Amino acid sequence: MFDTISGLVSTFGPSGCENKVAEVITGMIRKHVDEVRTDAMGNLIAVKHGRGKKIMLAAHMDEIGLIVTTIDEKGFLRFGTVGGVSPVIALGQRVVFENGTTGVVWYEESMENMKDARPDKMYIDVGAKSREEAMKSVNIGDMAVFAGSPVKQGEIVISKALDDRIGCAVLVELARKCPETDNEIYYVFTTQEEVGLRGARTAAYSIRPDMALAVDVTRTGDTPKGRYLSVELGGGPAVKIKDNSVIAHPAIRERLINCARENGIPYQLEVLDRGGTDAGSIHITAGGIPSGCVSIPSRFIHSPAEMINLRDAENAVKLLEAFVKI
Amino acid sequence: MNRQDMIGTAGGDCPEGLIETLKKLTTLDGVSGDEKPVRDYIIEIIKGRVDSWHVDNMGNLIAFKKGTGAGRKVMLAAHMDEVGLLVTGINDNGLLKFKAVGGIETRVLVGKRVRIGRDRVPGIIGYKPIHLQDASERKSSVKKSALAIDIGAKDREQAEEWVSVGDTVAFDYDPVEFGDRKIMAKALDDRSGCAILTELLKNRYPFDLYGCFTVQEEIGLKGAKAAAYAVAPDLAIVLEGTTCYDLTGTDEHMMSTRLGGGPAVTVMDRSVISDRGLFRFIADTAENGGIPWQIKRTVSGGTDAGRIQVSGSGVKVCTIAVPCRYIHTPVSVMDKSDFFNTLRLAQEVLAGLPEWLEKCGREAGSAPDND
Repeated sequence: MFDTISGLVSTFGPSGCENKVAEVITGMIRKHVDEVRTDAMGNLIAVKHGRGKKIMLAAHMDEIGLIVTTIDEKGFLRFGTVGGVSPVIALGQRVVFENGTTGVVWYEESMENMKDARPDKMYIDVGAKSREEAMKSVNIGDMAVFAGSPVKQGEIVISKALDDRIGCAVLVELARKCPETDNEIYYVFTTQEEVGLRGARTAAYSIRPDMALAVDVTRTGDTPKGRYLSVELGGGPAVKIKDNSVIAHPAIRERLINCARENGIPYQLEVLDRGGTDAGSIHITAGGIPSGCVSIPSRFIHSPAEMINLRDAENAVKLLEAFVKI
Repeated sequence: MNRQDMIGTAGGDCPEGLIETLKKLTTLDGVSGDEKPVRDYIIEIIKGRVDSWHVDNMGNLIAFKKGTGAGRKVMLAAHMDEVGLLVTGINDNGLLKFKAVGGIETRVLVGKRVRIGRDRVPGIIGYKPIHLQDASERKSSVKKSALAIDIGAKDREQAEEWVSVGDTVAFDYDPVEFGDRKIMAKALDDRSGCAILTELLKNRYPFDLYGCFTVQEEIGLKGAKAAAYAVAPDLAIVLEGTTCYDLTGTDEHMMSTRLGGGPAVTVMDRSVISDRGLFRFIADTAENGGIPWQIKRTVSGGTDAGRIQVSGSGVKVCTIAVPCRYIHTPVSVMDKSDFFNTLRLAQEVLAGLPEWLEKCGREAGSAPDND
């Protein structure tokens, strides 16, 4: 599974620029599904045909990033954020553009208090001497993402973009297992989740499934003086009760819990007081779609060093396999 | 129809009368939810230019122009509504209390002329004269609760004869041409887009064209949501008036657009990330046609594109906008060359669209196996 994860997190794909991720995923799953298509928003929709219930499984391909808004005469890039990027976390990081150009995020040194760190007081330095030189490799409107290779340390994986390539990896592994079922399964790899759950909305509209699950990361409460959340890293996939975007449909929630119990899969219950997932837009689309969410516990979400436990991801695959068979 | 005919104005100036149309549009009042005067005028302009038109339940004006080729649906959208105020109460002394409709800063309201309701009853937003303000009042920002609209009524009873709670309030500023090809007027956001859209509807295209004049953009992109759902287009281009702050004292990276820099094309704002391919096609079209253009720099504001994109099964969208200084105030400022170049760019883009759409169709699919 780490190979799958590694291939996915290493691919460039901020919101609105997910096409490379879609290509990688297409290559991974095409042999295992009956149909692969993309829609106007760039969502990748892979279908395993069946005559039973239409089940939509959604994981988002996009990652957070930065977008160049201005290039000054000395070649420094000003930027806006794409999705929830904390300026403080971005400070001092390496970021990389689609063409491989690497830059450093730094701040105007007249800024005295880090609390004032805002994108408009910061810049990206790609080492160019002038605007002309910078513009040979980057342009206004180009996006950059955190740089860095994934690391496996025992059961732990540390990487950028695990939100939500780990969800994509779980769906890829599930598709490869070809669960034996008469249900029609839609493996949906969505776009623009980080900027407002946008892709999932149109994908759900065109599919009109009988039920849907989002597969995404969730925060943990197990770090020193962390937020009070019951989810722990390594405690098993989390069955979402609610977040800020959705209250999981009780029948979906119960079905997930029963699947976990009957198959001896560890699981945890998740109540998240902030954040949202694709389930938030799916469940209010096309007349309403019963929706829930299977979450992979993750520390340090939206940083260059997000951390997950491989066992949680593997157990998520097992849980989904049991779920789609019913 | 060949390309050159469609671009009837290439190399020339603004089409005959279009500036007059724009100016007339800015003299009409269409605060969000109350766009009828604007809509009625636009209907008069376009009814001879389109195959059919209708007004939907929300008040969107949707005009249809059948294409000469096979079945692609293209939507062009411009919003008819403008920011303004709403009368929320009438005081015993005849002064009107109000709330803002859309993004209006309290600071821009003081001392402004307004007109209220369909009868355009004149009023003024007054404030305590400087002579009577104490030192702290002079230093602090105006609170909206301290403001009211004075319509010259002697008491509540008289005021109620002229206006009523729920009336919309528009700024009372007529357009003025000034300086170097500049126009100052209210509501250039988005009557500039409306004027351009009326012009684009003169021509027939290979694809089916839906010209949508939308309502309630300024209070949350509401009309476009319904219009896009009904039209279900393959592609949409939004014509807007956008923020411009290019004056002394602003760091370059905080200027969203520059006046005179040409139409602003959006990569990303708070409502949308434009379709990358469509964005590049528009940019290339400008470059190849020698039309000045600029990328909207700051990731701020939102447009109808945000709602259209996520409508139905999804729509490829991009926004082309006329830069306007001081938008969301009683007087915004536009450069006529930007307005004209926005029209030209939209015309060139529509002319090249059939070929681009076909290319997109061909490129869909095809990735290597990687199992």
